[in-house]
Amino acid sequence: MSQQGYVATPPYSQAQAGMGGYSAGFGNPPPQSHYGVYGSPPQGYSAPPTGVLKPPASSSSGMPPPPVSSQYGANIQQNGAHPHSFPPPVASAPSMSPYGQPPQSAFHSMAQAPPPTQQLTNQMSAMNIGGYGQRPMQIPQSSSSSAAPQQFQTSPPTAMGHPPLSPPGQQLPSLGSPPPMATMGSVTAPPMGMSGPPGPGVHQPPLGPQGYPQQPGSPMSGPYGAQMAGPQMAGPQMAGPQSGAFPGGFPGGPAQMAGPPQKKLDPDSIPSTTQVIEDDQAKRGGQVYVTNIRGQVPPLVTTDFTVQDQGNASPRFMRCTTYSFPCTADLAKQCKVPLAAIIKPFATVPKNETPLYIVNHGETGPIRCNRCKAYMCPYMQFIDGGRRYQCVFCSCVNEVPVQYFQHLDHMGRRMDLYERPELSLGSYEFIATLDYCKNNKPPNPPAYIFMIDVSYNNIKSGLVKLICEELKTMLDRLPKEEGAETSAIKVGFVTYNKILHFYNVKSALAQPQMMVVSDVAEMFVPLLDGFLVNFQESQAVINNLLDQIPDMFADTNESETVFAPVIQAGVEALKAAECSGKLFIFQSSIPTAEAPGKLKNRDDRKLVGTEKEKTLFQPQRGVYEQLTKDCVAQGCCVDLFLFPNQFVDIATMGDVPSHTGGSIYKYSNFQVEVNGQQFLSDLRRDVEKSIGFDAIMRVRTGTGFRATDFFGAIYMNNTTDVEMAAVDCDKAVTVEFKHDDTLSEESGAVMQCALLYTTIGGQRRLRIHNLSLNCSSQLPELYKSCETDALINFFAKSAYRAILNQPLKTVREILVNQTAHMLACYRKSCASPSAASQLILPDAMKVFPVYMNSLLKTPALVGSTELSTDDRAFHRFLVNAMGVEETQVLLYPRLIPLHTMDVSSEAIPAPVRCSEERLSESGIFLLENGLYMFLWLGQACPPDLIQNLFNVPSLGHLSSEGPMSLPVLDNAHSRKIHSIISSISQRRAASMKLLIVKQKDRSEMLFRQHLVEDKGLHGGASYMDFLCYVHREIRQLLT
Amino acid sequence: MATYQEFIQQNEDRDGVRCSWNLWPSSRLEATRLVVPVSCLYTPLKERPDLPPVQYEPVLCSRANCKAILNPLCQVDFKAKIWACNFCFQRNSFPPSYGGISEVNQPAELMPQFSTIEYIVQRGPPTPLIFLYVVDTCLEEEDLQALKESLQMSLSLLPPNALVGLITFGRMIQVHELSCEGISKSYVFRGTKELTPKQIQEMLGLMKPATSGQQGKPLAPHDAAASCRFLQPVQTVDMNLTDILGELQRDPWPVPQGKRPLRSTGIALSIAIGLLEGTFPNTGARVMLFTGGPPTQGPGMVVGDELKTPIRSWHDIQKDNARHLKKATKYYEALANRAAVNGHNVDIYACALDQTGLLEMKCLSNLTGGHIVMGDSFNTSLFKQTFQRVFSKDYNGEFRMAFGGTLEVKTSRELKISGAIGPCVSLNAKGPCVSDNEMGVGGTCQWKICSLSPATTLALYFEVVNQHNAPIPQGGRGAIQFVTQYQHSNTQRRIRVTTIARNWADAQSQIQHIESSFDQEASAVLMARLGVFRAESEEGPDVLRWLDRQLIRLCQKFGQFNKDDPNSFRLSESLSLYPQFMFHLRRSPFLQVFNNSPDESSYYRHHFVRQDLTQSLIMIQPILYSYSFYGPPEPVLLDSSSILPDRILLMDTFFQLVIFHGETIAQWRKAGYQEMAEYENFKQLLQAPLDDAQEILQTRFPMPRYIDTEHGGSQARFLLSKVNPSQTHNNLYAWGQESGAPILTDDVSLQVFMDHLKKLAVSSSA
Repeated sequence: MSQQGYVATPPYSQAQAGMGGYSAGFGNPPPQSHYGVYGSPPQGYSAPPTGVLKPPASSSSGMPPPPVSSQYGANIQQNGAHPHSFPPPVASAPSMSPYGQPPQSAFHSMAQAPPPTQQLTNQMSAMNIGGYGQRPMQIPQSSSSSAAPQQFQTSPPTAMGHPPLSPPGQQLPSLGSPPPMATMGSVTAPPMGMSGPPGPGVHQPPLGPQGYPQQPGSPMSGPYGAQMAGPQMAGPQMAGPQSGAFPGGFPGGPAQMAGPPQKKLDPDSIPSTTQVIEDDQAKRGGQVYVTNIRGQVPPLVTTDFTVQDQGNASPRFMRCTTYSFPCTADLAKQCKVPLAAIIKPFATVPKNETPLYIVNHGETGPIRCNRCKAYMCPYMQFIDGGRRYQCVFCSCVNEVPVQYFQHLDHMGRRMDLYERPELSLGSYEFIATLDYCKNNKPPNPPAYIFMIDVSYNNIKSGLVKLICEELKTMLDRLPKEEGAETSAIKVGFVTYNKILHFYNVKSALAQPQMMVVSDVAEMFVPLLDGFLVNFQESQAVINNLLDQIPDMFADTNESETVFAPVIQAGVEALKAAECSGKLFIFQSSIPTAEAPGKLKNRDDRKLVGTEKEKTLFQPQRGVYEQLTKDCVAQGCCVDLFLFPNQFVDIATMGDVPSHTGGSIYKYSNFQVEVNGQQFLSDLRRDVEKSIGFDAIMRVRTGTGFRATDFFGAIYMNNTTDVEMAAVDCDKAVTVEFKHDDTLSEESGAVMQCALLYTTIGGQRRLRIHNLSLNCSSQLPELYKSCETDALINFFAKSAYRAILNQPLKTVREILVNQTAHMLACYRKSCASPSAASQLILPDAMKVFPVYMNSLLKTPALVGSTELSTDDRAFHRFLVNAMGVEETQVLLYPRLIPLHTMDVSSEAIPAPVRCSEERLSESGIFLLENGLYMFLWLGQACPPDLIQNLFNVPSLGHLSSEGPMSLPVLDNAHSRKIHSIISSISQRRAASMKLLIVKQKDRSEMLFRQHLVEDKGLHGGASYMDFLCYVHREIRQLLT
Repeated sequence: MATYQEFIQQNEDRDGVRCSWNLWPSSRLEATRLVVPVSCLYTPLKERPDLPPVQYEPVLCSRANCKAILNPLCQVDFKAKIWACNFCFQRNSFPPSYGGISEVNQPAELMPQFSTIEYIVQRGPPTPLIFLYVVDTCLEEEDLQALKESLQMSLSLLPPNALVGLITFGRMIQVHELSCEGISKSYVFRGTKELTPKQIQEMLGLMKPATSGQQGKPLAPHDAAASCRFLQPVQTVDMNLTDILGELQRDPWPVPQGKRPLRSTGIALSIAIGLLEGTFPNTGARVMLFTGGPPTQGPGMVVGDELKTPIRSWHDIQKDNARHLKKATKYYEALANRAAVNGHNVDIYACALDQTGLLEMKCLSNLTGGHIVMGDSFNTSLFKQTFQRVFSKDYNGEFRMAFGGTLEVKTSRELKISGAIGPCVSLNAKGPCVSDNEMGVGGTCQWKICSLSPATTLALYFEVVNQHNAPIPQGGRGAIQFVTQYQHSNTQRRIRVTTIARNWADAQSQIQHIESSFDQEASAVLMARLGVFRAESEEGPDVLRWLDRQLIRLCQKFGQFNKDDPNSFRLSESLSLYPQFMFHLRRSPFLQVFNNSPDESSYYRHHFVRQDLTQSLIMIQPILYSYSFYGPPEPVLLDSSSILPDRILLMDTFFQLVIFHGETIAQWRKAGYQEMAEYENFKQLLQAPLDDAQEILQTRFPMPRYIDTEHGGSQARFLLSKVNPSQTHNNLYAWGQESGAPILTDDVSLQVFMDHLKKLAVSSSA
């Protein structure tokens, strides 16, 4: 098989011959038929839409043993005794070495050691297994087992809790379950960094793991335990632990799936995302995550936890695809796991966590390495009695400036370590000096300019009135600097159709003044003084203006609009005012008026599925490129609110927002009554959210690797500087890393993200996020510390970029191939030998396939003529700026059963798997993916519930015509459901409009699209099919 | 007939015409030998309180290429009801409405006293007057405030139905919409981008959407509502406009140190002109530009915005160092021509201490008949009163302004028209009476004068057709008819017709007659206009040389002298003042650029070529009155010898009014004698010139600069530079009769000039 690079890498540039076969069919509308090609027995695929796996050669293979068995429990206990496990006669040396070895290697072994109390975790069991040499339990053989899998119900929350449903002892009962603690491996305390005393002491070999935890260096033990969640995966048919392959049995807890299982596969038997989430929440939820250890894997994004910054940036700011980088490029190439970090520099910090400290180094500015210009951070090594320090990124030895000198303590640490955020924390801010400002002048506070399309559509729909009304109150809540009395942000107003109207709202005026600019060919700002004003000062004039705008244009019959000149006007205004800022553009239609940036309707669905499909995603050439440059240079962020009734060419119109850190909102067929509230809450949130302007971000890394590619709502002028006209709390940049050289396990991989920006108060600051990762020459380490959610974020973004240049088919093929490669590599180098028919997944990635499959089914990638071109482009832009949390829920929506909820409890009911099978006719479900929210009403749902929620006697009384709304009623059910909805909404970047769908209604189709485990409505395989397909690919790769 | 003096006066009073010669030589050669061409000054709208307009259409000669208007000189056969055209001799029958005429019942136009007559004609619906203010906002706060007040005041002076518009400019140009309620609205243009008239109209939303189909004519009939957004009747937008003017702010764009404000005068004017030409072509309209500095950006820019580069001086221009001069001039000329074509005129009110680019922009006013007013600041009474006077009314309570005039000149066969000099543009109307030999703006018999005032005076030059060997027979009369069609300020269309005739005389036999028919005042002005016209395009010294040669030739022709004996030289009374006029003309700012900026020169010339004879003469040779205890005020020689310690002098140069207190008087005044009751007479003496000055100030447009100075005062230079330097530091002791004030100058005195002239005139070699 050809060697695939990471998704983002070359592969995109051309289709790989190797994959051709597969690709042909995968993901295309009628997937089944294509599957046939692969599987020898075509019928296998085609026939059963769900769960049936009928792999070719599989006949012989046994069923997956039902992993969890009562025995399992037993196992666990045994685990306590893991010490034994070490000895196992594993071929690979490493396992043994741990103790004697340098810390990091040591960690392999010890790492897993949970604190005594928690040791129970099955990982141990896994080890045991390994130790016991049960490795090759080939389930497959046991043909008998065919029946087994079904029993696996979703395992109970706790890992161990696997119900013993499994049929009687399959051969592997014991092993099956054990999910692999792989995860735990990752936890290991890196010896380095602050953690201080590394030494896994030779001393206590005997103690084995238990001893380890006690070591001073491993404070994390607590949290880690939580991580061990691994087990739950309980992949039903987990093949026995491959422990054999692994030294020490750290198999990285692969979830294994018997490849060629029997005819019927129970859907419950395949790894469940909800289960993984629940387990992680159970293990690590509500705990404090202390970031003092290099390379520790943070809890899942879905888990509630509190971060305590002790030297590494919070995972809210930076999250990596793996917390243990391979030491060499070869290794990286071999495993194909992308090395990337998702950076959300302005991520919202919960109230119970400490906000970033601000460091002021006075006139000299922040202390930086002379050579690589990295900023002072906890990883810098002070030497020579504190007179000099060695840069951790480039190894340059720098003098410590006199005023910064401090003595070192006996440990070689500065005495003022804990007084200085930049020496003890992962994230902090520096006050920037004039050297960091444009033209060496302190920046002015930013400005928000509201640019309202007042063409016929917007007037008629009542939107203009709505906006004007809202602005009157909303502007009072502009974000302000901590402690500031009022917001320093200036505001300005523009209305436009074919021409632009600027408003002078100087406080001294009795009446606002309108200035019309009709020279759209060469846009300019007609006034300076009075255009951008302080809202408080000019409130009277502004209110006057906002009152008049709807009336002034009430009789308009102008339906053409311009767009590029509007942005141009905003940029020019900011340029004239010498400040950065944000444009809020409320546009109704595709700009067809004669002006630069005029667009034509090029919505051609015939291109779907052809080589030219990519052109649908490419912006129309022209002024927009230059406009983007201008915007970025001026620090002008563009937020676009679209209210289209037809094609508006979002691919082009979104081009500027998507490169300036802006957001795009779309309200198709806008009606005030229907979308008004959603729009207003989006607008409010957008105006109020925390944001930095005119930002430039640089990611510095230690030697041996470097950031090579960046994805997000950003602009790159060169290969290293990430320019963002603005960056707000929802924007994430995904950064890919590549090896330059060999990394050493000892020093690990450090990275520093420095973001220079202007605050809303007009201060220039540097926000620094530091993160240290482990390095390992062992692939298992890498697989253990993978982060599925981060991985999928990376894949989504890189694929979405790739579709600009490559046929979708190729992109999809590459995604699937890389998935297969990653898993195959794991199988080959990390899992214990087992029958080829077994599907073995790394524990940390066991739900990766469901996400990948979901990604392949997203509108942008699925390639269906039924989807609107705008929607696809819109989706592409959305994802491009998303952080891990957003992509996670987008690709695996939450499906919350409401009919069974406990109205007295505060908690949100546990979501169920996103599949039609989980719906019940008598139920009510809430589905949300961060963009949409549905309330699904089963046909037979209890009337009393309907009465409580809708105040109508039965489902039949709910009209299917027109939009339904959920009234606020005074009863427990209604209150509860509204509280659930609002608590969900609060977490999301965009507000979601609640769509109520009744089972079997036409609108149900919309809802069903989001059941990602099922076969896609517009094409795309079901989870089960996909898994089987991937398995086949893996097997091909392995042979 | 009385004296020529009386004849001339009478003719001027009746027809507004002053001819250089009141007997015309009968052949071309003779005419050339007379040196001063057969020519006249014509004031088309000369105020004639005694001349009521008639309410019917004029009767035209039926010959297609003649169309002369029935006039007192025509032969009329009352019986046959036929009249013979005195220009082409076509016989025409009277129209039916003249059926009742007889020798005793003649229509006015046949009566000799109606050689000038005015007809009111009905041509289409009356169109209101249009005033479009184009206001510079790059002014000092004080200036802007004063200007705003003046503009607000002016609203009350406009006829209530007049349309008014407002364009303000600085770095950008704003066209204010006046009809809107609530929010005041304006269209904004950038000051650097040249736009075609079509673009301007499109951007202002004046073009109808292409619904009318077919190729949209650029000047398609506009719908009134659209244009009215920017041009509204004063009576309806009075309040609105007052508010807008009240809220007018200084140009808000910051002006860095060492820079001039960016002022987009060029584009502002092009938009103003574009707006009018799109909405009201061929309707009387005044574009009134108020500017406080030079255009510094965009087309028409006169100087860059760097303060370290000074605005061009005559020195720069002579050295060909004026970077923007040619381009800007060309630009404004094109604009002026566009405005002229549509009958719109442009006024320039330029108030600044430095130059404002009048040199480049002057054509806007010169070609369209607009005013140029130059002052130091808008916050001076000079500007305020001048501006007020623009809207002054005549004895009928009507504005002293008329619009969209065309002047057509018809001549009898013996004459052809060489050209005109004045605030007009050629309409390029060729005809049999058009001479190939151009003087001034020639090659046409029709000129457009977009704006006229009662004082507007054109110089018209003619050529005698007949060759020397076929002279015009004696006893005949040559005739000229001036037909001026214009829009009266009360929106009526009117036609004023003036027909004059002069006798032909044989220059050889009747040279004395011709000599005595010489109007030296008119001739001086007519020659001066030729000189000024030349000065616009030629080097100063060349013009002076030309003027000198003409003077010498004239003296040779008409002087009485013995060859080579300067002392024997004599000039007859009818020519005696002419050399002196020429002497002062040579020293005047119209021909001398020394000590004047290019703007000032342009300003002076502008006024010189449009004022009537009296005012023109004042400009050439200022008037000096002397006040003393020894008698009533008397005019005195414009000579340094008139400057005496015990006199008060009042000098009127048209542009300046200087009151000069002699040394002694000044001391007395300083001592405060006028305050003492016993010196009441001194007080009266001091007051006398002030009262006289006030009288002049009342009527003069533009307001002269009023200077009150005394012996040794710095402002005394205005007087000293004008008087004939009969006593200078060079000859102080040689002359010593009177104790006049010596002038420190190397300029020649009149005496020297005359001596030299005599010498040259009598020289046989010349």
